[in-house]
Amino acid sequence: MIEFVSPTLDYALLAPILIVLGGAVLGVLIEAFAPRKSRASSQLFITLATLVLSLVSLIRVRDRSSSAAAMESVTFDGAGMLIQGSILIISIISVFLLADQENFTALAAALPGSDEERASLQQDLRVTEIYPLTLFAVAGMMLFPVATDLITLFVALEVLSLPLYLLAGLSRRRRLMSQEAALKYFLLGAFASAFFLMGIAYLYGYSSSVTFAGIHSAVIGGSGNDIYLLLGIAFISVGLLFKVGAVPFHAWSPDVYQGAPTAVTALMAAATKVAAFGAMLRIFYVSFAEAYWQWRPAIIAIALITMVFGSLVAIAQRDVKRMLAYSSIAHAGFLLSGVVALSKSGLESSIFYLFAYGIATVGAFGVVTLVRDSAGEVTDLNRWSGLGKRSPWVATAFAGFLLAFAGIPLTSGFIGKFSIFSAAYESGSTAILITGVLSSAIAAFFYIRVIVLMFFKDPVEDGTSVVIPSIYTQITITVSAVATFALGIYPTPLINFIQSSAAFLR
Amino acid sequence: MNILSFLMLLPLIGTAFIALAPKTNVLLTKQIALVTTILVALVGIYMTISFDFNAKGFQFVESREWIPAFGIKYALGVDGIALVLILMSVLLTPIVVVAGWNESEGGRWSSKVFYSLLLVLETMMIGVFASTDVFLFYVFFEAMLVPVYFLIGGFGSGDRAAAAVKFLLYSLFGGLLMLASIIGIYVMATRYGNRTFDITTLSQLHTVLTPMMENVLFLGFFIAFAIKAPLWPLHTWLPDAAKSATPGTSVLLLGVLDKVGTFGMIRYCLTLFPEASKTFTPMIITLAVISILYGAFLAIGAKDIKRLIAYTSISHFGFITMGIFAMTSQGMSGSTLYMFNHGFSTAALFLVAGFMITRRNSSTISDFGGLQRVTPIMAWSFFIAGLSSLALPGLSSFVSEFLVLVGTFTRYPVAAVIATFGIVLAALYILIPVQRALHGPTTPGNENLSDLTLREKIAIAPVIATIVVLGFYPSPLLNIINPASQTIISQQGFSDPAPTMSEGK
Repeated sequence: MIEFVSPTLDYALLAPILIVLGGAVLGVLIEAFAPRKSRASSQLFITLATLVLSLVSLIRVRDRSSSAAAMESVTFDGAGMLIQGSILIISIISVFLLADQENFTALAAALPGSDEERASLQQDLRVTEIYPLTLFAVAGMMLFPVATDLITLFVALEVLSLPLYLLAGLSRRRRLMSQEAALKYFLLGAFASAFFLMGIAYLYGYSSSVTFAGIHSAVIGGSGNDIYLLLGIAFISVGLLFKVGAVPFHAWSPDVYQGAPTAVTALMAAATKVAAFGAMLRIFYVSFAEAYWQWRPAIIAIALITMVFGSLVAIAQRDVKRMLAYSSIAHAGFLLSGVVALSKSGLESSIFYLFAYGIATVGAFGVVTLVRDSAGEVTDLNRWSGLGKRSPWVATAFAGFLLAFAGIPLTSGFIGKFSIFSAAYESGSTAILITGVLSSAIAAFFYIRVIVLMFFKDPVEDGTSVVIPSIYTQITITVSAVATFALGIYPTPLINFIQSSAAFLR
Repeated sequence: MNILSFLMLLPLIGTAFIALAPKTNVLLTKQIALVTTILVALVGIYMTISFDFNAKGFQFVESREWIPAFGIKYALGVDGIALVLILMSVLLTPIVVVAGWNESEGGRWSSKVFYSLLLVLETMMIGVFASTDVFLFYVFFEAMLVPVYFLIGGFGSGDRAAAAVKFLLYSLFGGLLMLASIIGIYVMATRYGNRTFDITTLSQLHTVLTPMMENVLFLGFFIAFAIKAPLWPLHTWLPDAAKSATPGTSVLLLGVLDKVGTFGMIRYCLTLFPEASKTFTPMIITLAVISILYGAFLAIGAKDIKRLIAYTSISHFGFITMGIFAMTSQGMSGSTLYMFNHGFSTAALFLVAGFMITRRNSSTISDFGGLQRVTPIMAWSFFIAGLSSLALPGLSSFVSEFLVLVGTFTRYPVAAVIATFGIVLAALYILIPVQRALHGPTTPGNENLSDLTLREKIAIAPVIATIVVLGFYPSPLLNIINPASQTIISQQGFSDPAPTMSEGK
């Protein structure tokens, strides 16, 4: 007879995730019942309040770590807390970008070019579903890096992905492109999920367990069939590498980055990357660490290819969002060096890098939303020329973010690059150090090209202008810029904090 | 507060005042910049006076934790070599401000931007020479590219954006190679139990490195420095940058920034990797000799006056590098003095060239002619600057060039003999343009050129005075430099070759 054990849940530890989910449900209720007029402001308020509350409750439990919070399905530990915190902070500043509704379609259900669409535009409708969708995605992102069994991990992956697929299709301008992006993202994401599930099956076959701990002990015991382990790691990696946008699973990201509303792109590029790398770090550090001879060469190869490919292809881009997409691919390569480092310093530097990169990314996309003409955002790089003359501060902020991406000293990107490459080299990967440094040099080329465009070319009179829609976007860009430079000039408090907390509970 | 930190803080305070100044009041901005740079120069002179010539090691030392997790410190200190270079930087900056009083006005942005960039650059120039923490040095080394980049691209002439980008990409490439080496050092230092970037501690690291490792790390640093102090074949960015930048920026670029390269060779390559330095010396001396001759030949053929000066500098950097890697104390002292003198003679050349170019609106040498008659003071200034550049005895460069050649000859006689041809070529590349531009019949259109204004005279006089005084009496500087170069030579196990007496008959 099966003995029934009543589930025990540690609500204090789960609270950050539960609060976000609760806020999301509340948002859905508002969509259903509140009058249309008041929705935008109340949704924004609820979303922000939810995220801040969640962050507060996360800070309250920052010193606790436990793997028993939800029957060993999730593990809360220092590293998980740092990653969840990063996701929340990045989400909070990117929600300000969502508040600028000009980017979103009036009525998602209306066919592009139909009468219905025209009518909705005339009535000046606003989609407010974006807020609860964002919260659901954030909840998934927060669950993803703390999940410690494969089923929960898969559920978290879907919870974070599905709202993003929808959000990607909600652009106000060029709706067909946006919807194409959403569909592409969805289809390729479905493929990746399928691979991921396949990996789960193999790992279950290998270890007769779906928990990370169980897989870990099977790896140590070495009794299972290694072929299954290898296949399991390979397929799980495909799913994760798809999410982080590593070559050769990157094909979706330029199209989706370009097609999606820029505010969504910001969230996707920054927070999703943090979540996906968080999960990746956990599963590789916790479950597969002892089998590193199985996967490390392959991941090193992928890291190298990703860095070089992302940097090289970015040179050829003429669209700022596509350029940032390829740059984010290159950064995924840099971040993979933290995974292969497989050491405490690898983990610490990855977390710092993720946070710094996420903040700068949100800021950069925030600037992209400002450059507009009468038909909406201008993403053609040639039309960005002379931006420094039109609005020096916006251009300076963008240049700052680009310098951070390029890893110039006194920006956060430099500290990130230094620490992650030293961690990789410390663990013996000279190839990563050399390739990383060389591809940074390549990458510097296209970042500088944009700076040249903005500052050293004369503006073209074609109606392109910088529109600051609201205080919200301003807040996002200012906060990101200040953080980017502060973390470059004096990163010590954050590094010390990360150092004292970053550890995975096995 | 430590005097070095204070020196670095002053320009930043000036920048803050400039930021507050009203945009319309250009004069006020310039005045703030001038006062600030003069104050910095005075503090710099005071520091030089209070420097203890006889003490060993770094002075004015300051050390604070910066990023303890990586063992990174905000650590400053100077030895004789660094002090001389800081002195040169802080003296040249106010001269640049006076000489280029109107330089900021033809630019893409306002004068406020120009002088803010200039002052920030001054802070970084001091920092890069004063750092005794390898990481801190790297931060300044890379970060100073940004203001220079905007100074060239925003205020230069001609194809300034392209020149600025070329400069930046070359430097970034070198910088990233150096970053790889710094990470290498960091990991090695950690492995051998001392997580630090302190230069004194790291100078013992070479005892535990494998030769292979030391060579690789050395190359990362050396290539970065060879790009900075352009050594053939990594020099191609310099003529473009020097041609496009304003004369004042060019002075700082060639006079100060490029010195970071040669300074780095002494402070980092020789100190951190003595064995590797010895291994690569034959190759580096060869490159240096090629630079000397190649730069000189290009200078002879140059049609543009700014490119001419850039090419002469490539030749001079060849001398400096040769003196450094001769690994003798005369060579080392000579090279350091050479850096100082080159800063001033290049400044003189560039500033007078700048005065000539603004009057004639052309930088082609053949557009000038007969200036001796029309503008005697300007012509004489150029002539003296040129003579200093060709190392005429009695002018400052002669002393340093002689020391370099003597220091090299005791160890590498062949290289020294070949390099001596550089002096002959120098006479050609200076005297030919002097003849074309200053003597002969006055070129049509030049009859009404005005001679130097009072401001221009004030700017150029101290430079020429320095050149002449140091030509006759270089010992104050040599007294500062010599102990430091002897320390470097002896500390890392190099030695001066014993003087050999020829067997008398």
